[in-house]
Amino acid sequence: MADWPLYEVFVRSKHGLSHKHVGSVHAADRRMALENARELYTRRNEGVSIWVVPAKEITASAPDEKEPLFDPSQDKVYRHASFYELPDEVGHM
Amino acid sequence: MYAQLVDTGAKRLKDLEEMSAEERAFQERIDAEIKIEPKNWMPDGYRKTLIRQISQHAHSEVVGMLPEGNWLTRAPTLKRKLQLMAKIQDEAGHGLYLYSAMETLGADRDEEIDKLHDGKVKYSSIFNYPTLSWADIGTIGWLVDGAAIVNQVPLQRTSYGPYSRAMIRVCKEESFHQRQGYQILLDLMQGGTDEQKAMVQDSINRFWWPVLMMFGPSDADSPNSAQSMAWKIKRHSNDELRQRFIDQTVPQLEFLGCTAPDPDLKWNEARGHYDFGEIDWSEFFDVLKGNGPCNRERIETRKQAIDDGAWVREAAKAYAAKQRARQAA
Repeated sequence: MADWPLYEVFVRSKHGLSHKHVGSVHAADRRMALENARELYTRRNEGVSIWVVPAKEITASAPDEKEPLFDPSQDKVYRHASFYELPDEVGHM
Repeated sequence: MYAQLVDTGAKRLKDLEEMSAEERAFQERIDAEIKIEPKNWMPDGYRKTLIRQISQHAHSEVVGMLPEGNWLTRAPTLKRKLQLMAKIQDEAGHGLYLYSAMETLGADRDEEIDKLHDGKVKYSSIFNYPTLSWADIGTIGWLVDGAAIVNQVPLQRTSYGPYSRAMIRVCKEESFHQRQGYQILLDLMQGGTDEQKAMVQDSINRFWWPVLMMFGPSDADSPNSAQSMAWKIKRHSNDELRQRFIDQTVPQLEFLGCTAPDPDLKWNEARGHYDFGEIDWSEFFDVLKGNGPCNRERIETRKQAIDDGAWVREAAKAYAAKQRARQAA
């Protein structure tokens, strides 16, 4: 099994939604990864579409990068609609 | 319970002052119910304990297919056969979700399976009992999967993210198992002959105590509980879960029209719980040591499945290499 690469599995649960990560499978090749993912993650109508991606091809942010990456957005309240107060007379906007 | 007696390597709990800065930050994160993810720093003991617990849990799911497989070709109707196949396939799936979660901790799946085959790690004691009659398939679904649900529902909130997510998937599927099991027994009790009813009672008599043992030894004899609870990889004590299981199961037992092989089992109004008799822990430890009725057979069957499938894995690998070469050309 170890010499079968690891694939991460993403499933679109229904039309109109994004694919979402659900887990991983080992497989000898991409086609088998897709078949194994179908058997493992969609036995009960969980999906309408599957992606499998070799785990080693994924580039991920590291936990210690959390601050430099995500903190800068915390003080930018003006990016949210609620920052802009409008008179009640304007109504819903 | 699917993971019994998991060693944490900790003799006692450290308090926050004794911890390194990293350990303290880790413990505070757990205390705040923030999930630990694979790339986060974690103490070595946490990682090792989780690998032990998740691998034991995964092995239990996989070995758990064997007692049921025994009745696949002898299920009484095609409908029952299809249901049993679907259940067994789920157990394989549960094993795979769990092995995947375990691999996120840096463990190697093949190595962990080798440890199982070499007898170095355990699976749940319950799967070392034989399935002698069709009623056993009902009893396993109802009682064994029922006990598993009691254990696994709180594990959905376990501190390690991938384990928690695997448990959420498992729990969604598990209730079908319990209901199909109970329905098998109901059919036999309500529409069956006297002989079939006796078969159900006999099955319950054999499985009752081993199922109660699934939750593991009494709290007083669980040296690893305190650390596992602090890390939130265990959320309730063994005795607490066992009591919860008994309380919810006895009314179902009575509805079936069956009894438990325990003369001390009775409702205690003052406690608001059922009282029950003393569990024979020597049997539990003996089964864990490898002396249950089916220990050797289970491991032999697992090994044979791996060995017999070797050519399939090799062929798949050769095919993949050939396809890659063809694409490159």
